[in-house]
Amino acid sequence: MIAELGLAALWLAAALAGLQLVAGSLGLTVRGAVLGGAVRPVAMVQGLLALLAFACLIYVFSVTDLSVKLVALNSHSMKPLIFKIAGTWGNHEGSMLLWVTVMGMAGGVVALVERRLPERTMLATLAGQAFVSLGFYAFLLLASNPFERLSPVPAEGNGLNPLLQDLGLAFHPPTLYLGYVGLSIAFSFAIGALVTREVGPAFARAMRPWVLGAWIFLTVGISAGSYWAYYELGWGGWWFWDPVENASLMPWLAATALLHSCSVLASRNALRAWTVMLGVVAFSMSMIGTFLVRSGILTSVHAFAVDPQRGTFILALLAIYIGGALTLFGLRASTVTEGERFAIVSREGALVFNNVMLSAILGIVLFGTLYPLVAESMGAKVSVGPPYFNPMSALFAVPMLVVLAVGPLLRWRRDRFARIGRGLVIPAMLVAAAIIALLAIGGVALLPFLGLALAVGLGWASLLPLKGRNLRRTPLPIWGMVTAHFGIAVALFGMSSESAFSVEKLVAVKVGEITEVGPWGVKLDAVEPVAGPNWTALEARLLVRYGADGTVTRMLPQSRSFWAPPQQTSESALLTRWNGQLYAVLGGEAPAANGKDAASGPVSDDDGARWQLRLWWKPFVPLIWLGGMLIALGGALALAGHVLADLKRIVARGKIAYRRERQGR
Amino acid sequence: MTDTPKAPRWALWLPLALFLGFVVLVMIGLYHPADRNISSGLVGKAMPQFDLPPALPGRPGLDSKILANGKPHLVNVFASWCIPCRVEAPQLGELAKAGIPIEGISVRDTTENLQGFLEQNGDPFQRVGADDDGKVQLALGSSGVPETYVVDGKGTIVYQHIGEIRPEHLGLILEKLNEAKQ
Repeated sequence: MIAELGLAALWLAAALAGLQLVAGSLGLTVRGAVLGGAVRPVAMVQGLLALLAFACLIYVFSVTDLSVKLVALNSHSMKPLIFKIAGTWGNHEGSMLLWVTVMGMAGGVVALVERRLPERTMLATLAGQAFVSLGFYAFLLLASNPFERLSPVPAEGNGLNPLLQDLGLAFHPPTLYLGYVGLSIAFSFAIGALVTREVGPAFARAMRPWVLGAWIFLTVGISAGSYWAYYELGWGGWWFWDPVENASLMPWLAATALLHSCSVLASRNALRAWTVMLGVVAFSMSMIGTFLVRSGILTSVHAFAVDPQRGTFILALLAIYIGGALTLFGLRASTVTEGERFAIVSREGALVFNNVMLSAILGIVLFGTLYPLVAESMGAKVSVGPPYFNPMSALFAVPMLVVLAVGPLLRWRRDRFARIGRGLVIPAMLVAAAIIALLAIGGVALLPFLGLALAVGLGWASLLPLKGRNLRRTPLPIWGMVTAHFGIAVALFGMSSESAFSVEKLVAVKVGEITEVGPWGVKLDAVEPVAGPNWTALEARLLVRYGADGTVTRMLPQSRSFWAPPQQTSESALLTRWNGQLYAVLGGEAPAANGKDAASGPVSDDDGARWQLRLWWKPFVPLIWLGGMLIALGGALALAGHVLADLKRIVARGKIAYRRERQGR
Repeated sequence: MTDTPKAPRWALWLPLALFLGFVVLVMIGLYHPADRNISSGLVGKAMPQFDLPPALPGRPGLDSKILANGKPHLVNVFASWCIPCRVEAPQLGELAKAGIPIEGISVRDTTENLQGFLEQNGDPFQRVGADDDGKVQLALGSSGVPETYVVDGKGTIVYQHIGEIRPEHLGLILEKLNEAKQ
């Protein structure tokens, strides 16, 4: 019953999206103007119906209704409840339903609150939003119905990939989705503005909260995803330039650029066409990313829901939306009137530079991600990895970071370096000191070297916009900017330190043996079997000590075996200190060293067994994610600032209207 | 004072052109999916020479000469401690039922564990050779367990399957066995 209710709600929502598109488009014409009034309520109801459908799917997952095919394929009655619920979106159909739900809800909120733009622009925006949603509804209903029944009903479900049975991962995709969908709103605003030729500060202000919100979620999602890969995959790395990671990074880069050009357009009415263009590109990147991941066209360690037919469907949607939007852009952009002028040395100039560099990095990541495909179509097999991505992106990231230190200090329109020169003396001295210290340490590769030196200078310079301000009266968006820029410095320091100073050790030790990694002494105390709800594991008890006289701490890395479906994973153990993290992975039992031992078998008497341990000491590595959180916090502060200002304005407008009415004017 | 970057007309169409390029590229990728199988350098070469002692009492070991007896064989490299080997056991059972001779090479194992494994997961093997030091596994160019080789009647390797044989691979294996018959 519940599954049918969900399906019905989904069909109704799709029908309303169709109505929203038709009414919104006709509302723009003279004869259809009367239909315009229906668009906002329809958008709100459509969002609620999508939410109802999603709630139904969560319900069938939480009671493990195995007569629903999706549940049977992806869940298991013995899975903990939280993972049953997370299983709702841990698969292709469910995640697409989550996508349209968030999209519908976001459209509903826009319809409810956004009154700043001319009504015609709003109609075009909401029609655009409905047009995008409609494609996804069609995709769900025609090609991947999440509520499909199964007969006969199986006795038990097929489980969930145990690698995905992890709290971090359960909430990672939805976070990214919120980001992608937020960008879809920015896309709709861009379409609305292009159709009605209303590109100006009001458009930028209406779009900005959605871009900011999307950007916050993307930042959190990427940081969390990177931390997940770091502790769950057990390879000790935190970023692999995997196609799936790139798919989330590219929209982030575009959104970061959009955010900055948005603020130029909002405050200075410049960069008009460019901002619209970025609005289209940012959402295109989320769709291209989704397409690359879902179609299985690129092989990836994260591959799930690989299906060429679905790939074709998403590609068709891509071609219609992005191709359509870019055609509209080509037709209309030349009629978008020129914005305000500015000098090269000015806040705008710095932001344009930032935009160009971010776009260049975006291009590099996109090219590197697609290159294997290009090579394949010419008959060669290649994989593109860090040796390409790291130096190429650094080529543009380093100048961008230098400008990042200076840009926020510049004035709008026109400025001179001489005016701000004195403020930059301390950061420059810090950079010089860092360079001397690193040369004294020696043996640091070029990229981490640059990263560490820049991070130190940027850390100070990012705080300079607060200098000379009354901190209590500093607007929230300024605090947000400072926090986010400081977060960049913090994360950069973590990344560079990890790459410059990490110590790795792979050993095979007997119980009782002590080994050393960096400043740590690690003793293998015991290896014991433990059992969880749907897995068994071998757990190593490690006693670790920092330096010669540190206190002894326990670490418990596991090698886990799940049984439905059978799969082995390693649960790494992490020990965090203020200056870094110790990372331990338990491998299997070491194969016997020679033939004679092997005759007695790998599962021989305990005291002779040797265990593989992989140990890393990673100085300051947590700063990567701390920085990521600071960046997101900065975004949240700026968003709060803008939303509060909007609320104040709405309240003030209400008061003025009330007074006028009372005075009978 | 400089202008706001005001792009020339053709540049406004550049994004669309780039995007169309992307669409064409992925269309090629979608409709001509590349061969994702890692091709083995051993295919077409003779099976390396080896003579493994029996791994189980009452069952012959594996001499590579037996593989050149005129009939195609499957040679399965496995171990009782390998989990994917359990996953592929039903598929091997099916192939054995179809009358295909399957020879086992058990890597770094004990008789006891091996017997337990075969009792639990079924026993499709005609012969099982004990490769206690993994030398034959190395000679076969096998990087892990399980791996399966299709060998023709002259002892030439026709196909190397890396990883477990899943139900969807059965067709492929049977096709390669047919190829080996000719």
